Amino acid sequence: MTRPAEQPDVRPSRLSRDEIEANFQDLHPPLGRSEALIEADRCYFCFDAPCTAACPTGIDIPVFIQKIRSDNVRGSGKTILGENIMGGMCARVCPTEVLCEEACVRNTHEEKPVEIGLLQRYATDPIIDSGVQLFARAAPSGKTVAVVGGGPAGLSCAHRLAVLGHNVVVFNRDEKPGGLNEYGIAAYKTVDDFAQTEVEYILSIGGIDVRNNVALGEDVQLRELIDAHDAVFLGIGLSRANDLGIEGESLDGVVNAVDYIAELRQAEDKSTMPIGRTVVVIGGGMTAIDIAVQSRHLGAEQVHMVYRRGPDEMSASAFEQALAQTTGVAIHHRAPPNRILGDEHVTGVEFTSDGGRFVLFADMVFKAIGQQIGGFSEFAMQDGRIVVDAGHGTSIDKVWAGGDCVVGGSDLTVTAVQHGKLAAIDIDRTLRGAPDG
Amino acid sequence: MADLRTSFLGIESPNPFWLASAPPTDKAYNVNRAFEAGWGGAVWKTLGESGPPIVNVSGPRYGALHSNERRVIGFNNIELITDRPLETNLEEIRQVKRDWPDRALVASVMLPMNEAAWSKYLPMIEDTGCDGFELNFGCPHGMSERGMGAAVGQVPEYIQMATEWAKQATSLPVIVKLTPNVTNIVPPAKAALDGGADAVSLINTINSIMRVDYDSLTMYPTTDGMGTHGGYCGEAVKPIALNMVAEIARNADTAKLPVSGIGGITDWRDAVDFLALGASNVQICTAAMVYGFRIIDDLVDGLGTFLDDKGMTLAELVGKAVPSVTDWQYLNLNYVEKAVIDQDLCIECGRCHVVCEDTSHQAITSMVDGKRRFEVIDDACVGCNLCVSVCPVDGCITMRQVSDDDADKLNWTQHPNNPMRTTD
Ligand SMILES: Cc1cc2nc3c(=O)[nH]c(=O)nc-3n(C[C@H](O)[C@H](O)[C@H](O)COP(=O)(O)OP(=O)(O)OC[C@H]3O[C@@H](n4cnc5c(N)ncnc54)[C@H](O)[C@@H]3O)c2cc1C
Ligand SMILES: Cc1cc2nc3c(=O)[nH]c(=O)nc-3n(C[C@H](O)[C@H](O)[C@H](O)COP(=O)(O)O)c2cc1C
Ligand code: SF4
Repeated sequence: MTRPAEQPDVRPSRLSRDEIEANFQDLHPPLGRSEALIEADRCYFCFDAPCTAACPTGIDIPVFIQKIRSDNVRGSGKTILGENIMGGMCARVCPTEVLCEEACVRNTHEEKPVEIGLLQRYATDPIIDSGVQLFARAAPSGKTVAVVGGGPAGLSCAHRLAVLGHNVVVFNRDEKPGGLNEYGIAAYKTVDDFAQTEVEYILSIGGIDVRNNVALGEDVQLRELIDAHDAVFLGIGLSRANDLGIEGESLDGVVNAVDYIAELRQAEDKSTMPIGRTVVVIGGGMTAIDIAVQSRHLGAEQVHMVYRRGPDEMSASAFEQALAQTTGVAIHHRAPPNRILGDEHVTGVEFTSDGGRFVLFADMVFKAIGQQIGGFSEFAMQDGRIVVDAGHGTSIDKVWAGGDCVVGGSDLTVTAVQHGKLAAIDIDRTLRGAPDG
Repeated sequence: MADLRTSFLGIESPNPFWLASAPPTDKAYNVNRAFEAGWGGAVWKTLGESGPPIVNVSGPRYGALHSNERRVIGFNNIELITDRPLETNLEEIRQVKRDWPDRALVASVMLPMNEAAWSKYLPMIEDTGCDGFELNFGCPHGMSERGMGAAVGQVPEYIQMATEWAKQATSLPVIVKLTPNVTNIVPPAKAALDGGADAVSLINTINSIMRVDYDSLTMYPTTDGMGTHGGYCGEAVKPIALNMVAEIARNADTAKLPVSGIGGITDWRDAVDFLALGASNVQICTAAMVYGFRIIDDLVDGLGTFLDDKGMTLAELVGKAVPSVTDWQYLNLNYVEKAVIDQDLCIECGRCHVVCEDTSHQAITSMVDGKRRFEVIDDACVGCNLCVSVCPVDGCITMRQVSDDDADKLNWTQHPNNPMRTTD
């Protein structure tokens, strides 16, 4: 391989603003009414439905689809949001092909599942758009819970607690609430600022006070929170990106994928984002796929995604992998990185493979090899995540946790939502059982 | 392919599929298109007396019952008989019959209950060269309020009287079209026979209201805010029509009366139903209104292929299933069937389990050895066929006979639990 003449070639506006906007359109456009009715008719209304069992939040899928069929769209939305308050986001970002839709019995019948995700979106969009309140708060309990983290886990916990009659204060490090819904999820999965619209809907229940730009461990300490509240929930996600631990990692142009994606998500005009002509992505998960695909959408001419193991070990689903490939991303397997090349700015990456060493030239290198919690050593931990019990209680009294930061977090929005919900139910049970004072 | 030529009361047609008297046969333009498409015959849209033409509503006259895919399952209308001048219709009938001598062309008529009307109009219509008459005693809306249509069809004495007048006024075959808006179809059919009818045709449409409008909470559809019941037809009415056809075919008093079967026929299998239950030909309206005339292709081709596969003639099919229709009291109560689930075809939706559990006899498992599995518990199964009916996979659940073929038969008339039993 000859080295490109002009390196490093990193710049914004590789494509026109219009082209880039078009590239970041909705990945799966929503269903219209007649499409939804036809699709809903395909649901067999299974007994003890396998799709429901496969949904981490246990949404009664046949029932919500039945309600779409009878044009009871609001009732359908309530069935969904009652189990999963982020049912709108989940409808967009869940890898349904390995969750509910994988379990659909239509796969056995005709190899084409009911489009549960799209139907879920059809039922929830009108509710989030119109802001109609579906939930009522129970009588005030007089208790206040501190929720740390305004991501899916934290907001799900806060919402359920508010419904159960408790007051909630959310301490959130980021400038905006939403967690990775706002800063991480691929832009083409959640267009039109849906993450914030959804957060507004969640908060409209009342009783939830969100304080942004407040970091636990810096601006406020765990002990203070425990003392000042009846319970504490941690949904702080995984903040620190993992390092490769190889030579050249600090060269210019070597970037954490999550940091870049966060900037991209916040950019008013995505064509202002500088991107390399040739991009190498290291990793095999959802983040790696997302940065690779979005690099292409920004105009990178060549994007290589390099994973140290085989296709089956990739945590990105087959659908995600196919999406990357059809977007023009070259996926390389079984090639761990050896060192990153360059003097000041990166020029390439050297990999090891069965066939020996090889070099991929690069104007930019994205690291997408996972994140870790970063700090909080006071908790019992396992594999760098907080250990919790079935009710999501931690090793510290009065403190619960859920989402990506706990053991059992599957790095999915839907799982984080479920954790927050389960923790809220357990907190409620504990607070009601405990004597006052 | 099997010969589908039919002679109904001596009226020849290349196949047994006629268009029923309705909008598809409203005028020469439609009927010409139908014949071009291959229809065997047509019963012209019902003619009335001459004079000021009939006036239809100018708002919606149709309503539909849809599936979610917006397939039309049932259909309803408040249309009256032809609203075109009699003279125009007669001219067109004459021309169409001349242009299509090999097709059946029958004139449907609705006249008031006085003999003079029948003796005046029938010869005039016969003069067009049409092949026969169908007397519309069935229209359930509008015309019935004026003492015609279903108002006649619901009173056997009137049917007989009008049929006699018609038979006196013409030498052509007379078919009496019956209304299903009666509790027992046999007396009207018998009255037609007694009046000299050559055949009956059935069913006309069923009294119906489609639904309400969920915004205005008025019935739907309406004309300027008010609605009236219409006539129901289309796929949904077929089972009702089949029962009536079979009742006529198996009743000793009416068994010899030729029947033209109508009601919900959409594809060739529906036609097989009517023919096997005693109809000698069939008429179709709604399916043509929903899909257009080209459905005749499947009707002809499907029926022909079916007869070929069976090695049967059309005449042999007619009435073939009639002997299998009886009264409940003669069913063999010693005969036992049970459901069997083909595990290779099962997609594990579990619907058979839940319906049997909730509404039948708790005879289907949901778990076997801790695994999702649906099996019939023979001891509990009463053979009701509910699971077969709800299973989404064709052929996955079937019924299997478990009683011996040579076991004694026992029906209700002989059953020990029947205090009125006639035999031991
Ligand atoms: C690039 C990328 C793409 C993804 N795509 C998908 C996808 O398509 N589908 C899917 O299901 N999942 C996807 N995921 C995973 C999903 O986003 C996460 O599993 C989910 O957001 C976890 O929710 P959480 O609430 O546990 O944490 P987060 O969403 O990470 O939220 C954590 C919150 O805590 C706050 N916080 C952190 N530290 C502190 C502190 N010290 N003090 C106060 N607040 C703090 C943060 O500000 C943030 O608001 C993706 C993840 C990434 C990184
Ligand atoms: C719009 C409409 C108008 C009809 N008009 C007549 C009519 O004028 N004369 C008549 O005998 N039957 C009339 N019918 C009844 C049909 O001929 C036929 O008996 C009935 O619709 C059942 O058949 P189908 O299910 O194939 O439609 C009409 C039906 C419809 C839908
Ligand atoms: S939340 Fe996700 S897994 Fe559950 S039903 Fe929705 S799309 Fe499927």
